[in-house]
Parts: sequence; C-alpha cells; structure tokens
Amino acid sequence: MTRTFLLAATATIALPLSAQAQTKVEWWHAMGGELGTKLEEIVAGYNASQDEYEVVPVYKGTYPETMTGAIAAFRAGQQPHIVQVYEVGTGTMMAAEGAIYPVYQLMEDAGAEFNPDDYLSAVVGYYTDTDGNMLSMPFNSSTPIVYYNKDVFEKAGLDPEKAPETWAEVEEFSKKIMESGAASCGFTSGWVSWVQLENFSAWHNQPIGTLENGFGGISSELTVNGPVQVKHWENMKRWQDEGIFRYGGPVGGDDAAPMFYAQDCAMYMNSSASRAGVVANATDFEVGYGMLPYYDDVEGAPQNSIIGGATLWVLAGHEDEEYKGVADFFTYLSSAEVQADWHQFSGYLPITEAAFELGKSQGYYDKNPGTDVSIRQITLNAPTENSKGLRFGNYVQVRSVIDEEFEALMSGDKSAQEALDALVERGNALIRDFEDSNS
Amino acid sequence: MQTKRTIFGNRVLPYALLLPQLAITCVFFLWPAGQAFRQSFLREDAFGFKTEFVWFENYGKLFVDPQYHNSLWVTVVFSIGVAVLSLVTALVLALAVERTLRTARAYTTLLVWPYAVAPAVAGILWWFLFNPTIGILPYALDMVGYDWNHRNSRVDAMILVIVAASWKQISYNFLFFVAGLAAIPHSLVEAAAIDGAGPLKRFFTIIFPMLSPTTFFLLVVNIVYAMFDTFAVIHATTEGGPAQSTNILVYKVFEDGFIGLNLGSSAAQSVVLMVIVVALTVIQFRWIERRVQY
Repeated sequence: MTRTFLLAATATIALPLSAQAQTKVEWWHAMGGELGTKLEEIVAGYNASQDEYEVVPVYKGTYPETMTGAIAAFRAGQQPHIVQVYEVGTGTMMAAEGAIYPVYQLMEDAGAEFNPDDYLSAVVGYYTDTDGNMLSMPFNSSTPIVYYNKDVFEKAGLDPEKAPETWAEVEEFSKKIMESGAASCGFTSGWVSWVQLENFSAWHNQPIGTLENGFGGISSELTVNGPVQVKHWENMKRWQDEGIFRYGGPVGGDDAAPMFYAQDCAMYMNSSASRAGVVANATDFEVGYGMLPYYDDVEGAPQNSIIGGATLWVLAGHEDEEYKGVADFFTYLSSAEVQADWHQFSGYLPITEAAFELGKSQGYYDKNPGTDVSIRQITLNAPTENSKGLRFGNYVQVRSVIDEEFEALMSGDKSAQEALDALVERGNALIRDFEDSNS
Repeated sequence: MQTKRTIFGNRVLPYALLLPQLAITCVFFLWPAGQAFRQSFLREDAFGFKTEFVWFENYGKLFVDPQYHNSLWVTVVFSIGVAVLSLVTALVLALAVERTLRTARAYTTLLVWPYAVAPAVAGILWWFLFNPTIGILPYALDMVGYDWNHRNSRVDAMILVIVAASWKQISYNFLFFVAGLAAIPHSLVEAAAIDGAGPLKRFFTIIFPMLSPTTFFLLVVNIVYAMFDTFAVIHATTEGGPAQSTNILVYKVFEDGFIGLNLGSSAAQSVVLMVIVVALTVIQFRWIERRVQY
C-alpha cells in the first residue's frame, strides 16, 4: 500500500529525465570566489559519497542578500532547506520560531549520530539556546587576530618574531616603525564594530550588554559605554590623529587590507579567515601572526575572543524525507576530514575538537606557523558571560550604528564618551523596536 | 468618414492596445505601491509571523527621528549639488560645441557616451579614481597638499557622490542644451552682435533667457534623477557613509528595509518618497510649463 503510494508519488514528482529518485536538498549560501569554489567541492564530495540525496548549492550574493532573500522566499513559501546566515542575523533567526527547525531537534528526529560535546564550545556557544541546545550548524566561524609585516618590524629594529601583546606595545612599536621610516602607519583594522568593540569587550571581559550579552532574552540592553571601551576609543582617536592608526571604512573595512598589502601600515587586525587573502597578497614581505592586543591594567584581560562568520539554519516547511538528507549532509559536513580541510583551506575555525586534533596529527600547524593563533585565542580561557558571544535583535542595524558613531569619533564630531553613549542609546532603541515586533 | 470609423468603430480595440501598458503599470507600480502603503501601517517581524496594525506609528517615529531629518537634509544638498554641477557643466560644454564648426559632431558623440554607462558602473569607476588607498585622484590631491579621505570626511564623501552622480547626467543635459541652442534664431544673436554686444552680454541677455524652458525642464528632471535614480551610485561608492553623511532618502529605504529588515519604517519612507515624486511631477506640469516665458 505504502509502496504503491510512494511509487505513484515519485512518478508524478520526478522529472522525466532524472532516472534516479534522489531527494534534493537546496542550500543557499553567500560564499563567493575561492571560498565558493571550495564549498561546491565539499558538496560535490558529499553527493558522490552516496546516491540517496543530492545537495544543490545556490550562491545568493552577500550575507545580507542571502538572508533577506531566504526570508522573502519563506514568506512566499519557496524557502530553501538550508540557508547560511551571518552571526549578526542570529537574533532575528532565533526569534522566528515557526520558521526554523533547530539543528539539535533535526538531528534527533532524523536519528542521526550527533553529540554536542564533540563541538568546540567557543564556537557553538554562540548558537545555542539558554538550555545549551544547538540551534544552527556552525559552518564558517572565525575570530579576529593580528597580522604584521615582519620585514617592516625588522627594518624598524624590532624583533620580527614578536607580535605586540598589549596596546601599549602596539603604540610603542608603531612609533618606532614610523620614526624609522619603515612604514608610514602603525596599524589598521577591518570590521571595526566586530574587532574594536565586540571582541575588544569580550577580550577584556567587559559586558557588551545586559542579560549575558543578550543570550538571556530579547529585553536586553547594550552597555558598551563602560570606562574600558571609552578609554580604547579615546586612544583610537588619538592614534588616528598621530597617524598610528588608519581607518579602513565601515562594515568589513574594504580599504584596510590594501594598506597592509601596500606596506603602508605595519599591522592589520582582521578575521583569521582573511589569512588566505593576506598570504596571497603579501608577496613582497613575510607575515607574522599574533593574538589581539589587550590593556594590561584591565583585570581579567586577556579573556577569550569571540567568533564571527556564519552558520547554517534549517528552514521549516519541507518533507521529513528531505530533512533526513539535511541531517545526513550535516553529519558529513562536521566530519573531521571535511572540517580540517575547510579550516586549513580558508582560515575559518574548525568546529569540532576532532578536526583540530586531525590537523595537529597531520603536522599542519607546525608547517604553517600562526594558523593556530585563532584557536588558541578563542579557547584561551573558559568563556564568561561577557565572552560567550552576543545576541541582540536588529543587530544588523546596530552594527551600522557602531560604524557611524565610530566615524563620528574619527571625524572629531564626538568624543569617545559621547560616541559610545549615543551608540548605546540608538542601539537600544533598535533593540526595543525588535522586542516590540517580536512579542 | 472612413478614417473616423477605423478609429472609433471598435470599442474593444483601444482598450486592448492599452492593456499591455496598463498591466505593466498595475503589476509593477500600483500593486507594489499599494503593498508599501499597507505595510507602512503595520509592525511586523521579518518572517511575517506577527503582524500588528499600528496606525501612524511608523510615520510618527520617522518624523521625529534625527537620522531621518539628516537624510532629508543630505538629499537636499545632494540633489541641488547634482543639479547645479551637471547643468552648469553641460551648458558650458554645449556652448563650447556650438562655437566649434568642423568637429562639433565628433565632440557631441564623445560627450554623450557617459550616458550609456550604468550608474553602478559609474559609481565603481569613481570609487576607483577617488579611493583613498589606491586611487589616482587622492594621490594627485596629496601633491597639492589636500588629504582626501571620503571614509572620514563628510565633505569629501559628499563631493564624491555628487561628482559620480553628475557625470553621466551631464551627457543628458548636454544633448538638451545643444538642441535648445540650435533652436535660437541666429538673426537675434547676429543683430545683437552688430549692435555691439559682446559674447557675455549676448549670452546673458539673449541666449540664457531663451534657454530657460530647457533649463527649467532639466532642473526638475535632474532633481528627480538625483533623488531617485542614484541608488546604485551611492551603493557602489560610500554606502551612505561616513556616519550617514551621504545616506539619501532612497538609500535609507533600502538600508532600513532590505538590510535592517525594519519593514514598517521602510514602507513609510517609500510612501513619503512617493508623495515627493507626485509633488515634483505636479510642479513640472502645472507650474513650470505655464510660467516659463521669455
């Protein structure tokens, strides 16, 4: 009975040309360029490994485009099975309870092998609910580190093997570099909001917001206008005026990387996943890697840094059979081999302990010094409630507010205190808007 | 008689001929506009699970929002900047071409080229030229002692978007000015010249007044262009920054709605924009076309 029904169903659905009745799983992603090619390679590997399911990757543009595209598709009933969403969209996705199929539940329902303890807590912690359940599957997570130009360090009479550890050293090194004429600027930074505020706060064990940085509920508020953050932003402004720091633009900071590649700036703070780009572009000089600097007079620093990047969310409204395919694909994706390959290729963090161990046993970190800085940095200490991550509604817009207030600081319109106070006030208004439309 | 019958005889035919245009207007204008109008009274989460009718709350919030006031102001500065720069440049070029005899055609062709460039491409092009790190213009400006950085400086950013947006519009204005100049009777200009009026005097007393219908028409067209067609230019160059200093109304609708997923506010903003377009159109048809005389 069931069999005939299934046969009939297959016959009606299947296209005349597809001889095999493979279940299709659609995956919308935002990985262009080399990362996109690698992603397709991984998917091709999965499709070749079995013949029951076929994962179809679809490139949807930038992160915001992919996310808003998926939301629009959901509203029209045309959503993909899997969508890659960047970390600032987490609050929005999490609040949309009817639209998402939590990963822990999916794995359970599909009977897939799944042990949450296998995953690096510093990575998955960002995407778990308050009960510790994993809601989305981390795919590409990274954390900011320091890249520096060893040749410039040497020319300036500095030890090329020693990255600056504290902000005082960043200033001291920069001055030496500029005075010696080895480079015209000390450092630049990509992702100012993420690196110089969010990670800065976590790294110094300072709260970003109330209710465990928003993990505790959507009624949380930002608190980034504390004395430690104010001091840092004051310094950033002073360093900019003195030429030590150069601003590379809002959001990702498009102009930051070229300043480092052109050897204008000796140091560059950005995602560990920028490594591939840095290595490809730093053709005339040696690159060194270091952890983020900290202020040594702040108690609890350095704590641990937090992640950024994107995770895979499963959208509701599909057949059980298709979700089995999703679960099966996720199992493949988090296997040590696939993870280690992806991590070593891209500079993104491995999501499981096993992938990290595999890399060690392959001797990858010895052969490529500096590639483990990111992992050592996020696992430096057990995360506190200030350094687990952050989760606020409307955070995409809050990020723009951070950029804008930082720009107001840079242009001299506002002092550090004024900029951060305004940031908190405007950010909280956005978070309240989100609370209103989601309760 | 026969011709009249072929025109009015069939009652269905005119509607059938209009149908494609009407369908396009309905599908691509009336329907989305209606949706935006409806959405502007709602508060909704991104996925559309919880929808609440909030009357004029979205509008109320908008009109007290300092960011929106800023965006309005930025739009005014930007539109006037684009209109003035592109009109003046186009007029100068048109006058110059009119004075050349043999090469006028070649110049005209060359000057019209930029109009064929898509706004996004024009944006990228200027972004490259003005890029503080790799651009050639900041490099040149640095030699004369100006530190160009549109990432930090609001003024630099505004200049950049105005220049980028004006560039292709100059071609359009140029064509209209050339046509306008050709329509001015030579006898008038010659008579003035015989009476002893110099080139400047002739321009301000004869040519410019006689061009005024063209100029006013172009003024409105340019303002509409600057306000509604420059999204791609902003998107490709400054993305509204630094600190919202180039965030014109159209870009803000996109940013709040498509990036920030604040649908209600974004819809309310597009309704406001719609009102502005209607107002500008009314001005163009009812006011300018009647009052401009020479």
